[in-house]
Amino acid sequence: MAEGRPNEEAERVLAAIRQAVVQEAPLEVVGAGTKRGLGRPVDSADRLDLSGLTGIDLYEPEELVLRAGAGTPLAEIEAAAAENRQHLAFEPPDFGPLYGGEAGRQTIGGVIACNLAGPRRIQAGAARDHFLGVEAVSGRGEAFKAGGRVVKNVTGYDLCKLLAGSHGTLAAMTRITVKILPAPGKIRTVMVLGLDDEAAGAAMRAAMGSPYEVSGAAHLPAAIAAENPVDMVRDADGAATLVRVEGPGPSVEARAASLHALLSEHGRTEELHSSRSGALWRHLRDAAPFAAETGRPLWRVSVPPTAGAALAARIAASGPVRHCFDWAGGLVWLELPDESDRARATLVRAAAADAGGHALLLRGSVELRAELPVFQPPSPGRAALTARIKDAFDPRGILNPGRMYPEG
Amino acid sequence: MQMPEPDRSVQDRAPEIVRGLRSILAGEAVIAGEAELRAYECDGLTAYKALPMAVVLPSTTEEVARVLRFCKSQGVKVVPRGAGTSLSGGTLPLVDGIVLGLGKFNSVLEIDFENRCAVVQPGVTNLAISQAVDHAGFYYAPDPSSQIACSIGGNVAENAGGVHCLKYGVTTNNLLGVELVTMEGEVLRIGGKGLDAEGYDLLGIVTGSEGLLGVITEVTVRILRKPETARAVLIGFPSNEQAGDCVAKVIGAGIIPGGMEMMDKPAIRATEDFVHAGYPLDVEALLIVELDGPKAEVDHLIETVATIAAACGAVYTRASENEDERLTFWAGRKAAFPAIGRISPDYFCMDGTIPRHRLPEVLTRMAELSAKYGLRVANVFHAGDGNLHPLILYDANAPGELEKAEEFGADILRLCVEVGGVLTGEHGVGVEKRDLMPAMFSEEDLKQQQRVKCAFDPEGLLNPGKVFPVLHRCAELGRMHIHRGQMPFPDLPRF
Ligand SMILES: Cc1cc2nc3c(=O)[nH]c(=O)nc-3n(C[C@H](O)[C@H](O)[C@H](O)COP(=O)(O)OP(=O)(O)OC[C@H]3O[C@@H](n4cnc5c(N)ncnc54)[C@H](O)[C@@H]3O)c2cc1C
Repeated sequence: MAEGRPNEEAERVLAAIRQAVVQEAPLEVVGAGTKRGLGRPVDSADRLDLSGLTGIDLYEPEELVLRAGAGTPLAEIEAAAAENRQHLAFEPPDFGPLYGGEAGRQTIGGVIACNLAGPRRIQAGAARDHFLGVEAVSGRGEAFKAGGRVVKNVTGYDLCKLLAGSHGTLAAMTRITVKILPAPGKIRTVMVLGLDDEAAGAAMRAAMGSPYEVSGAAHLPAAIAAENPVDMVRDADGAATLVRVEGPGPSVEARAASLHALLSEHGRTEELHSSRSGALWRHLRDAAPFAAETGRPLWRVSVPPTAGAALAARIAASGPVRHCFDWAGGLVWLELPDESDRARATLVRAAAADAGGHALLLRGSVELRAELPVFQPPSPGRAALTARIKDAFDPRGILNPGRMYPEG
Repeated sequence: MQMPEPDRSVQDRAPEIVRGLRSILAGEAVIAGEAELRAYECDGLTAYKALPMAVVLPSTTEEVARVLRFCKSQGVKVVPRGAGTSLSGGTLPLVDGIVLGLGKFNSVLEIDFENRCAVVQPGVTNLAISQAVDHAGFYYAPDPSSQIACSIGGNVAENAGGVHCLKYGVTTNNLLGVELVTMEGEVLRIGGKGLDAEGYDLLGIVTGSEGLLGVITEVTVRILRKPETARAVLIGFPSNEQAGDCVAKVIGAGIIPGGMEMMDKPAIRATEDFVHAGYPLDVEALLIVELDGPKAEVDHLIETVATIAAACGAVYTRASENEDERLTFWAGRKAAFPAIGRISPDYFCMDGTIPRHRLPEVLTRMAELSAKYGLRVANVFHAGDGNLHPLILYDANAPGELEKAEEFGADILRLCVEVGGVLTGEHGVGVEKRDLMPAMFSEEDLKQQQRVKCAFDPEGLLNPGKVFPVLHRCAELGRMHIHRGQMPFPDLPRF
């Protein structure tokens, strides 16, 4: 625990941003740099490296809070939490390998800035929902804080929400306070075999509509299931629909049994215990089925759960695609074979919008990400408001210019 | 309470403005008679009152947009209002402004069990959402004690919480989308039935913005399947310290109860006299701990909690054996405010949050303050998350008592901040805590928040005088001071 050091580093960040403002020299903001491939290429020569802002300076397990420098490796935070049988309930994914990098290097700041969340999103929310307080330096070169270090707080605007998912375009976060919760004792996964995408969607929604506190609902079509590192999924010899329950032992057993009964109406069921379940959901969390071919464009589409299967079918009708579902069908992963077919990229966008959702080009070459919008293009009203919010934090376009939208 | 200097040029045009509003809305939807306006002079914070120029009650989004465009063109301030249960004066009218009431937006528009959400108009009450989905075994999780009256639009604006929010989250964690009309009269749809935001999290910033960023005209909330069972246990302790210790140990054991509430002796006495919930009267502190989930889990955890409580020195433990009993346990806690209302002509409800382990110290200092001001205080709080509700008892008709109660309240909130907590956990800043904001935020912090306000409402016409102690002009806030290649005070430590 490096008391004091983050403050010096934070002073350095403040000074660097002030200098950039004066010199009108934009900065690319990076933590460990594991997700530099997420977003449009940034128009700047200089980098603002936040990886020196390390150290957990407050962790009170019984208060459910942890505060750390924004550059603290997530792995360090997860290890400290695990010692107290706690965790970050939003299940932060590690996308390092999706971009051809190593796993285990990302910082807490990067996770929050991209508002990432894993399969437990459907139950526990995303990074935004666990982000309690922040100290940051705006693109105006001013240090500010927002939120607090208690789990319940409505004092002033919730600027944390704006910073989560702003991809470093509003402020450089220097210190972060998060909610940290008890980790579940046991995990069970009920697997339904051989369902097509539509039938799997119905099964996942039935599970979500049950009182059994489902904490994960994903569907792997046969081609993806066949490559799974977990033997029981791989050997399923067809599609696998996966429903997770977690908690204290007796409760998990009771709920898994009830889910068996419920889901057996949809297809043949099997059950995975804690160690296989752990490996399986880590794999899904990290979108690992798409880590092998890092040259292929990868889309992450967020839609109402009932719309997921039809969306995937629409893309599949236009040509080959590797896909799978998380969030009970509300998150669709789509990997296209190559970038050259720009018409299909346009189709993904249109299909997402038609389904009442939006698509993020999570991975693509620099050229592709410079040419195509990476984030769903906003409506004119939303675009104008987005620009005014950017202006409120970073009027001179110093921080990550162009990362989210070409205009800023 | 100092409100922004009224704009005389607007006040003088009141009749003309009312005529203009009547050209947009049908006759009875524009209220301008003094007697009728009285019904809107204050909200749940009854200490502050003012009469607006008019109250308008539009019934469609288009009407809201037209009213806002008209008000913008005339420089008329607008105070949005849901059910008026705010405890921080969020809907306090402005004499040179109008109140825009959303009472006519009272329909449940769509229930979508497959996507686990409900689309409702903002004037629908919190409880009505749960009632609308109850037949299928679903409910809406955040449950403020005011849930029979408060509107979901008001809940979004205040980011309301409830007794179940430690486990299920507050409003912001249970919201999927809103339709928002800006002061310019532009209609924005934010979010929908999917989970993640596209671009900046506008839904997140609008939630808890206290009516300062836009008028909410539609809300999509997440609904949950009701737990299979729920049981509550009453636990009495001879001291507040022991009760606080028990709360910490329960959470330390990895248990997040559905609800965990605490009351001190004066609150126990007042609620028991009022609703006869069967609370023990010979204890200093009472916990209500609710466990929910599958029966196997609940029965197992009730045992664990009882064991922890005994080790912490509990002298009274009683678990609910059926649903009626569980609801009776809660009836007392949920009626705490009216119960206090019976024993005192007036009361202020404070709402600070503290790191829980500072509780004994905060309660001791609160007792000292109570003696110093000569005013009684009763405490109910959301023990799991450290959100305190000290109720300060006073008599507004006794000369000087209101001012004394205000000062007492301010001292309590400053104490909360001093121990690492915050001014408000769920009731909002409004006018009530506005001038205390500098106790928690620096000038830079507050300016950054106001710049966000400027992005939505550059002329500051929406609910001005709330939340921010000093109103800066947006042009001034936007300016950057760079002089001869230097920014001011580069060496000043900021952290
Ligand atoms: C007895 C009692 C118990 C309470 N218990 C709790 C509790 O347990 N938890 C809790 O969190 N709160 C509680 N409250 C406070 C209050 O009920 C909540 O803040 C509630 O969310 C306010 O809803 P409302 O519809 O009454 O809003 P109002 O009081 O009408 O308005 C509140 C604020 O929201 C704005 N607003 C309202 N509607 C809109 C809209 N459609 N668009 C934009 N802005 C809008 C207003 O301008 C104002 O600033 C309690 C209040 C009382 C009187």
